[in-house]
Amino acid sequence: MNMAFTRLKVVALATLIAVGTAAVAHAETVLRRGNGAEPQTLDPHKLEGVPEFNITADLFEGLTTYAANGDVVPGAAKSWDISDDGLVYTFHLREDGKWSNGDPLTADDFVYSFRRAVDPATASPYSYILDPIVDAAEITGGTEKDLTKLGIKALDPHTVQITLKAPTAHFLQLVRHNISFPVNKAVVDKFGDQWTRPGNLVGNGAYMLSEWTPQASLTMVKNPNFHDAASVKLDKVVYYPTEDIPEEFKRFRAGELDVTNDVPNDQIATVKKDYKAEFHNEAYLGTYYYVINLTRDALGKSKELREALALAINRDVIVNKITQAGEMPAYSWVPPGLKGYEQQPLDFKSMKQADREALAKKLYKEAGYSADKPLKLEILYNTSDNHKKIAVAIQNMWKKVLGVDATLTNQEWKVYLNTRKTKSFDVARAAWIGDYMDPYTFLQMFTSTAGDQNDAGYNSKEYDTDLDTAQKTVDQGARFKLLQDAEKTFVNDYAMIPIYHYTTKHLVASKVKGWEFNLLDIHLERYIEVASN
Amino acid sequence: MLHYFLKRLAGAIPTLFIIITVSFFLIHAAPGGPFDTERHMTKEIEANLKRAYHLDESVPQQFLRYLVGLAHGDFGPSFQSKDYTVAELIEGGFPTSLMLGSLAMLLALVAGLSAGIIAAFRQNTGVDYSVMGMSMIGIAVPNFVMAPILTLVFGLWLSVVPVGGWEWANVILPVIALALPQVAAIARLTRGSMLEVLRSNYVRTARAKGLPSRITVMRHAIRAAIIPVVSYLGPAVANIITGSVVIEKIFSIPGIGRYFVQGALNRDYTLVMGVTIFYGVIIILCNLASDLLYGLLDPKVRYD
Repeated sequence: MNMAFTRLKVVALATLIAVGTAAVAHAETVLRRGNGAEPQTLDPHKLEGVPEFNITADLFEGLTTYAANGDVVPGAAKSWDISDDGLVYTFHLREDGKWSNGDPLTADDFVYSFRRAVDPATASPYSYILDPIVDAAEITGGTEKDLTKLGIKALDPHTVQITLKAPTAHFLQLVRHNISFPVNKAVVDKFGDQWTRPGNLVGNGAYMLSEWTPQASLTMVKNPNFHDAASVKLDKVVYYPTEDIPEEFKRFRAGELDVTNDVPNDQIATVKKDYKAEFHNEAYLGTYYYVINLTRDALGKSKELREALALAINRDVIVNKITQAGEMPAYSWVPPGLKGYEQQPLDFKSMKQADREALAKKLYKEAGYSADKPLKLEILYNTSDNHKKIAVAIQNMWKKVLGVDATLTNQEWKVYLNTRKTKSFDVARAAWIGDYMDPYTFLQMFTSTAGDQNDAGYNSKEYDTDLDTAQKTVDQGARFKLLQDAEKTFVNDYAMIPIYHYTTKHLVASKVKGWEFNLLDIHLERYIEVASN
Repeated sequence: MLHYFLKRLAGAIPTLFIIITVSFFLIHAAPGGPFDTERHMTKEIEANLKRAYHLDESVPQQFLRYLVGLAHGDFGPSFQSKDYTVAELIEGGFPTSLMLGSLAMLLALVAGLSAGIIAAFRQNTGVDYSVMGMSMIGIAVPNFVMAPILTLVFGLWLSVVPVGGWEWANVILPVIALALPQVAAIARLTRGSMLEVLRSNYVRTARAKGLPSRITVMRHAIRAAIIPVVSYLGPAVANIITGSVVIEKIFSIPGIGRYFVQGALNRDYTLVMGVTIFYGVIIILCNLASDLLYGLLDPKVRYD
């Protein structure tokens, strides 16, 4: 082993010299980014997590894409036309569009990719995003076996036409989602399961994959064939898996990382003080809530009881004393920040906590419960320090205000998911982060046909119809009004108790420029610049 | 000697088989599957996924399929890291874990033996007490407490070594953190057995004969004193392996320790099985080696 170590030292020394020389020769700008979990896959049609999306969003580009502030801007398509009835979208691709290996990017590439995304053989977890397209759901579901029936056509090498089942106001957001990224058929056919390896992977994004050592790092370099390569300032990006959040913070402090994925909760106060300029703490399109299993007798039958439970929670204590990262107490399901959409808070938002508690006590009594006959229920949460603290706090609040006898159950992630899926819980901690910037991504979860996602078992014909009608409305203003009404009905039924709206926490070194706030926390490297110092 | 070795080897194979069987059925018994997610997945897609990975078959059937695959050297695809097979993942991470573990073991032996011998020779002096005191700390303080402290002191405050990642300078801290508990244990063991040996008759004879202290120790005493340490090697390797799971996570080291825990949490059946078999083989081999060494050192054992 000593010999190996010596050999290692020689190799290391040689490497150091080489790197040193290279560094002096060409001042290459590099961004080193902590990315949370190790990416499970780089196949845009098979991935489902945020770490994977961050990486692939730099390697691939959809018909539309993300501006630094999150707006929808032209991507692989330079322009598009929408028919008056909102059913037909015609995308005009850039004539000079190319893959990173120089192949021309054509409409057929998109037709192939969309078909692959909905193909049951791909088993994509996100194919439901494409449901608005004609026959998409039928193909994924298996009732339609012919892939060519999917409502997407190549009118000519640079024109893609997509036909929808019904007008979908947020459709332009869906074609920039990873499920809509194009993949190169020749590459996939040639390399099969290995097509995502460095050297094989071909994309149309601002960067190309140059190296990937699982668990260690993933490196990408500028793609010279990207249509906007001239404006891409950053030469190289290295993504590091950083699952241990305190360690990620230490690496940032040591200058080994330029951007972190998260900030340790218990050190937020220190960070706010010592790293004020670097700490980016902004709103995120997500809601933390407690879902109530409506199939359980006691809870399902009494809306007053559920309302009492919602009233008795002091959300200010939770966001100020427990989470402490600028989260907003939530009184609605859809988080704030969506342009043009009015929040639908529960009526008691304007009440003082003392009044809420008084009302809660009243409702609890009306539901038939008292000190002699307390409500017994179990709060389920998945393993995490914060979830535990919040659950303990809520258990306490329910005990003090109402006299509820709540027990806590902590389950490991997979077991917890299973328990929720099989509806074997009373009240469970849950969270939902929006897939795109439209209220529908939240509201669609509780339709009666939503399947396992609707673990509350919420079943309201009125809600289903309202959402359906709204989705068919072409005028955005009218549609939002309908969605607002639907949300109002939903939150007042107390199938879930909103607790807080999420924020993101990142440490961004001051030499990094171009990191702008957007509600989806998507920061494409093509907008980032690292000032050399 | 050969007979002794073959007998030990023959015992290893059923052991490995039991490890494989018990692990397989245990991990399949845990609720939840690799493809459970919070996202909406239609029943058809879930069925397709399960069929593609043979998760729709009964567990005994899957077990037989797995054994057949093993016989062909196929550890299967990773359910979680969809772009890689288990063999590729282990192949990629193993050299790193091996280096980490071997360096730690080496450090533990060298430092532990030296400390133990010195303490034995200087019994009941300040040197003895401090060595034993530090080893108590090394055994008692868990490595997930020691590691961040070392990182803070040497990585951040003194800036002597990098904090995370895996280049050659990164080797130092994790190896120390991993080796410390074993240094402590080996030091105590060595000291104890050394003291015993130094009081034995044959050592007294050697001294009486007029042999210099150094030769007494090197030629006679150490050979006997090392025996408990050699039999501790098996458990020591096991401890280093389990310790490496934590250390690799804390220092972001691309080894296979993390696959073990992450695989179990993600219900990545094939990955967990692959890593379990790997570790099982290593521990069995190390125990074999330790038994062999024991046989070499202690002639009494050979006539078994």
